[in-house]
Order: sequence, then C-alpha cells, then structure tokens
Amino acid sequence: MEPILTAVIPVVIIGVICAAVLVIASKLMAVKEDERFPKIRECLPGANCGACGFAGCDGYAKALCEKEGTPTNLCVPGADAVSKQLSEIMGVEFEDVIEQVAVVHCAGDCEKTQDKYDYYGIPSCSAAKLLYGGKGSCTYGCLGLGDCVNACPQKAITVVNGVARVNPTECIGCGICTKTCPQKIISLVADVEKVVVTCSNKDKGAVTRKVCTNGCIGCRKCERLCPNKAITVVDNCAVIDYSKCTDCPDFGLCAKNCTTGCIMLSDLSGIHRIKEEK
Amino acid sequence: MTKFIVILLSAVFINNYVLSRFLGICPFLGVSKKLDSATGMSLAVIFVMLMATAATWPIQKFLLDPNGLGYLQTIVFILVIAALVQLVEIVLKRYIPSLHKSLGVYLPLITTNCAVLGVTILNIDAGYSFAEAMVNSLGSGLGFFLAMVMFSGVRSTIEGSDIPESFKGLPVTLTAAAITSLSFLGFSGVIENLFPM
Repeated sequence: MEPILTAVIPVVIIGVICAAVLVIASKLMAVKEDERFPKIRECLPGANCGACGFAGCDGYAKALCEKEGTPTNLCVPGADAVSKQLSEIMGVEFEDVIEQVAVVHCAGDCEKTQDKYDYYGIPSCSAAKLLYGGKGSCTYGCLGLGDCVNACPQKAITVVNGVARVNPTECIGCGICTKTCPQKIISLVADVEKVVVTCSNKDKGAVTRKVCTNGCIGCRKCERLCPNKAITVVDNCAVIDYSKCTDCPDFGLCAKNCTTGCIMLSDLSGIHRIKEEK
Repeated sequence: MTKFIVILLSAVFINNYVLSRFLGICPFLGVSKKLDSATGMSLAVIFVMLMATAATWPIQKFLLDPNGLGYLQTIVFILVIAALVQLVEIVLKRYIPSLHKSLGVYLPLITTNCAVLGVTILNIDAGYSFAEAMVNSLGSGLGFFLAMVMFSGVRSTIEGSDIPESFKGLPVTLTAAAITSLSFLGFSGVIENLFPM
C-alpha cells in the first residue's frame, strides 16, 4: 500500500469513529430544554436588571419554566406588555405589573446642609463614604457624587444641587441604583402619587437639626395625623407603610404638616415639597 | 510502590508542567486572576489529563506502534482528546449537571491545551506502563493545580500593591511568573536524594 494511504486511512477511521460516537452521544443524552424557555426569553427585555428577583432574564425565564406558580408580573421594566405575553405563554391569567420608580430618601441639598471638609478624592460615593462617612455633615444623606447616575441604565438620575434626583418618567424601576448607593437611601416605590419621606437620618432630633434643615427629627406629628396609621417613626426617622397608605381621606395632610418638610409628595414630574418654607 | 511515589512527586514538584516544563502557560496566565476560577480550571485539567491518558495510551500501544504508525501520534492524540472532552461534556451535562456547571467553560477550553497533549505524549516517550502513566498524569494535574493556586495568590497580592505605571498588567505578571518558576528550581535533586535508586 502507498505510505500516504497507510497514514491517512487510520486517521480518517479514528476521526469517523469519534464523530459517530459524539453524534450518538449528543442524540442519546440530549438535555430536554423546555420549549417555552426560548419563547419566554424572547419576550423579556434582556436588560438583566434583576428587578424580578432572579439572576437576570435567563434566571427569570428558567424559574417560570421550572417552578409552577412563579408570577408572570415580576418584570418591572417590561411592564404590562411583557406580563401579557408571559401569561399567554404560560397559560395563566394576566396580572397587572405594579410599576415602580426609584425614590431618593434625601433632600439635603447644598442650602440645607453643610460640608465637613472639602473632598478632592476619587469622584465616587463609595470612595467618599470611606473618609469619615462622606464630606457632608449628615452621614446618612446623599453624597452627591453620582454612583447611581453612572449605574442607571436609563440615565434617569441626575445630581441636582448636591442631591441625586430621579426622573420618574424615565425610570423603569429596575432597582440597580438601590443596590449601587453606598448610603442605601434609594428605594423603589410603587408608581405615582405617593407620599415620600425624603430623609434617612437616624440620629436624634437635635443632632439631625444641626446637620440638615430638611432632616426628619422624629417628632411623630405625622404618626398622629395619618388617618390610616401608615406612618411610623423608626430609629428617629419616619417610615411609610405603603400597604396602608391608600384611599387617604385627607391626602397630603402629613406632607403639609411635617415640621421640617421632609415628607413630600411625588408624581410623574418628581418629588415636591408641599410645606411652605418659613 | 516507591516507583509510583517517585513518579507522583517528581510530576508535582520537579517536573511541574507549568513552572518547569513551561506547558499550559496560557491558562496559567489567563485564568489565575481569581482563586475560584483557578481551582475550577485546575480540577478540570486533572480530570481531562487522567481521561486523556486512559484513552491515548492504549491507542499508542495497541494501534499505532504495532502498525509502525508512531509518527501519527500527535495528530491522532489531538483528535482523540478533543473528541473525548466533547463526549465528557455531553455526559456530564446529562448526568451530573452540578459538576458540569462548576467546570463550566473550562472544559471546552482545555480541549486542545498543550499541557494535556504534553502529558499524553511524554507518558509514551518515558516508556511508562499504563499504571505508571496514570500516576504521572495525576501528578501532572496536581502540579498544575498547585501552580495555579499559588500563582492566583501571588496575583491577588500584586493586585493590591503599588506598581509603577509602566509595569502594570502583563509585565509585572510575567515577572512574578518567572520568579515563581525560579522558586521551583529549588526542588531539583530532592527526589534523587530522597529515594536513591
């Protein structure tokens, strides 16, 4: 036999055997993929924001396929349109998505609070926080260096006068900023027309008063006034239980009567101070 | 028994595949940035080295050598190892999904790793029996594991230190790799004196 053939033939035979084994193996041991998975995955926006509580869109699609009874209305950025498609694929009833917007629980801008020192370091909130809890006199408030601005996929956050502000019409409620903020003062609040506490200071009233004129001093006036008993003061800072803050007979009462004006109203144009400045 | 211990120890320390033979440098520099990925990669390498030796040694001894086709060694080994790794991946995905997930991308990555091919060829060159070849593969895999884990420790230290601008990144990594490799020269001669033949 030609020497070239003695070399080529064994290699070809081994190659064909390997290929055959691989083909058979992949056919025999194919992992069954749920046929709904690619469909669901196509519906989801693919932002991998994690607002649904799963690790990205793939994680949510997987949970929908594998776990019975996973709600179809968890995708906040996709809103009602995605929920409708998902419930069609899953064969369950359509549920309305509760749209959420991010809210910054701080309104201590440059006029209301002072600086402890001048900061010339890395322009990042998490870096500034390492230096005596940030340059502002209030160690709980917004640092104003825009970690959330950089993290926001919708560019819905801007730093206005030293405090981060969310544009509710742009915000898709993905919640990335709530995880990025080193002060943890951004939270997601269901949709529009709500009352918001714009302070996160947990110090006693006298201390809070010294560092910021907007700060919640924990006077409990709102607690007494609220007809639904939705507001409680926890650690010297008012907290609203949004499950109770519904059908208010005297909407905005708390905001109008707040001692420092840190309870504000929010709607599609942003957060508004109701109380008149003295 | 002594022979197996000698083979194992010399494969791990003296003839370390990464630091003495300079095989498998690509994953050594590429995947050693984090400890968990370095461990995952090394475990996959140990696994594949053993599988590859178990598959290629019989092919060489019973197929190539009797037919005078020893010169086809390299191409046949590459073919067989690549097919084997693919097969292992399919099997793992079906039966042990957790292992498949933890080995992850590293399994296909080492399909054509030179350290794996190196082990199989050097086993033949050294004239090892099947058992000796398997022990050598295990030792080589463990040596790779040791080098990866050590170097990921070195790199995490480098990461946190103040390095001159022009030296950052690859230059300092390669220098550190050279010094780590130099340190392994200290093992040469140890085996000969521990187990005099």
